[in-house]
Amino acid sequence: MTELSLARGTVDRDRVLRLLQGYGVYAGVVVLLLFNLAFTPHFASAENFRTQAVQVAPVLIVALGMALAIGTEGVDLSVGSVMALSTSLLSLYLGYGPWIAVLSAVVGGIVVGLANGALIAFVGVQPIVATLALMVAARGLALVLLPQLKDVHDPGMAALGSGAVLGIPYLVLIAVALALLVAFAVRRSTFGRQLLAIGDSRPAARLAGLPVRRVLILVYVCSGVLAAIAGVLATARLTASDPTSLGTLMELSAITAVVVGGTPLSGGRVRIGGTVAGAVLIQLLTTTLIKHDLPPSWTQIAQAVVIVGAVYAARERGKR
Amino acid sequence: MPAESTAAARPSAAVTDGEPPGAGRQERLSALAQQHGALVTLVIAMVAASLSFDTFLTGDNLENMALSSAFLAVVALGMTFVIVTGGIDLSVGSLFALGGVLAAWGSQYGTAVALLLPLVVCGLVGLVNGLLIARSGLAPFIVTLAAMLGARGVLLTLTDEGSRTYLVDKGSFFAKLGQGSLFDIGVPVWITLALFVLGAVVLRRTRFGQYVYAVGGNEDAAALMGAPVARTKIAVYTLSGLCAGLAGALNAAWLLSGVTILGSGMELEAISAVVIGGSLLTGGFGFISGTLVGVALLKVIQNVINQIGSLDSAYQQVVSGAFLAAVVVAQTWLGRRQRVL
Repeated sequence: MTELSLARGTVDRDRVLRLLQGYGVYAGVVVLLLFNLAFTPHFASAENFRTQAVQVAPVLIVALGMALAIGTEGVDLSVGSVMALSTSLLSLYLGYGPWIAVLSAVVGGIVVGLANGALIAFVGVQPIVATLALMVAARGLALVLLPQLKDVHDPGMAALGSGAVLGIPYLVLIAVALALLVAFAVRRSTFGRQLLAIGDSRPAARLAGLPVRRVLILVYVCSGVLAAIAGVLATARLTASDPTSLGTLMELSAITAVVVGGTPLSGGRVRIGGTVAGAVLIQLLTTTLIKHDLPPSWTQIAQAVVIVGAVYAARERGKR
Repeated sequence: MPAESTAAARPSAAVTDGEPPGAGRQERLSALAQQHGALVTLVIAMVAASLSFDTFLTGDNLENMALSSAFLAVVALGMTFVIVTGGIDLSVGSLFALGGVLAAWGSQYGTAVALLLPLVVCGLVGLVNGLLIARSGLAPFIVTLAAMLGARGVLLTLTDEGSRTYLVDKGSFFAKLGQGSLFDIGVPVWITLALFVLGAVVLRRTRFGQYVYAVGGNEDAAALMGAPVARTKIAVYTLSGLCAGLAGALNAAWLLSGVTILGSGMELEAISAVVIGGSLLTGGFGFISGTLVGVALLKVIQNVINQIGSLDSAYQQVVSGAFLAAVVVAQTWLGRRQRVL
């Protein structure tokens, strides 16, 4: 009798732990939300929620691409620089109309993604090194194209940055749409299944006859395009192109969102819902610390602790 | 040739001899290219630069380049050990800045404090990195990424969000460590050279160095051989932290202040220098001297781009990035590493 109940107790504890690890990020978001609703003045207003959502949108979009790269057991460090390149191209081509400008920004993202993908898929360079090289080069290129901050005066861009439908900003709508699209691609498309198979075991995927190289290149192109879109949206919101500082440390925030959201660094699994929650969690954490008059540098320390904690928890789950 | 085939049959021996696994004729040629490619490129670049600019080979310019390379070189020295174990340390840029600020603050209490404080703090961060990586099996890049964020956060907290600058007293002995010179060559350059000799001896001539190669070559094999894998990893990350902190302290002595914005992007420069110097990011293979050549090559390229003048300094980054990519591609092709694909 005692043995049986003990055994059942262990199973329950296991399940609770697993639930906590799988859904801890959602719990974290809820706790921070409740805390802020209770103790932070001026938090519970539609205006504040809108601001928070608009701030989280670019990070979230970049994190979606990062989740794909991490799903293949890779990483994309060049995303911040792609945002900078995208904002430079946008300013450069704005004279030809906003659509051409946005298109050129996206093409910039595609080119960097292709370069990353080619180095990783064809040459066999480790993702961290390949994207490191592109991180340095793309930031340089962005600064070559646009040496300093430039204001963006374009009605289309202004509308994109501050417009809203039914009170929901365009930026948030676009981010949500992209998240749904990426989630669908991961869950339901052939590309998604191939991506996960490659992340699980590349030799096995290769033996199974999957187009490993094509999928890898596509993953890094997706990441580049998403980062470029994030760059466009950030530019529209700030109404200025700042290739020097736009997107700096973005790779960190994106990786944090993905990892905290429960996507393992070892690849083979991608959790888009978790990534969204991870991005929101970081945003809420930052807001909480700032609104309670803690210096901004503390948010960096807090973020560092959260990253290590999340990876540590994931490690326990992997070992189990 | 039987001698060659035995060498090829004993890859672990080849690794400890400083040759990449596999040692056929072609592999040897490519190993040679990998070992001395950077040096040849450096010589070509220097000859081309001295022919193009009268100002390049002047004593002042060389002295300046050596001085400004010294700090990066010390950081890259620690990074070399980490990379040879197959790891990576992204926290060095933040630790460099943190070390500088701590040294500048500590210099008011004397040289010993100014040197010890950054060494202790940055060494501790490195130790924590190493413990998390070695004992908990977390990915090096994610742990050191977190350390990079955390150390930068601590640095900002110490300096009132970067608004306060600590100055080093110009007359102090500590300032001489950065500003003084011996035989017309700056003290930091001498310190750096001494550290590199020491580092080379440790990596090539000590048991610890053998363990570093073994862990990077094949961790499981190293463990079976009886090498203390975890302890070796902890040691290299601690070493990397110590080097970054020391480099920051020396830099503060040179600049006479702890500058908070320094060191961002330095991890990239250090990794580039190590990789350009011939060390393999997959671990198990690399040299200290190569790292020194790698740093020199990066600085010469920077100097040339600066001298061209008409070129924007942003080109420096484009060239550096393209260069790193080219070197890594060449390494992968020359080294005939096992293809993942």
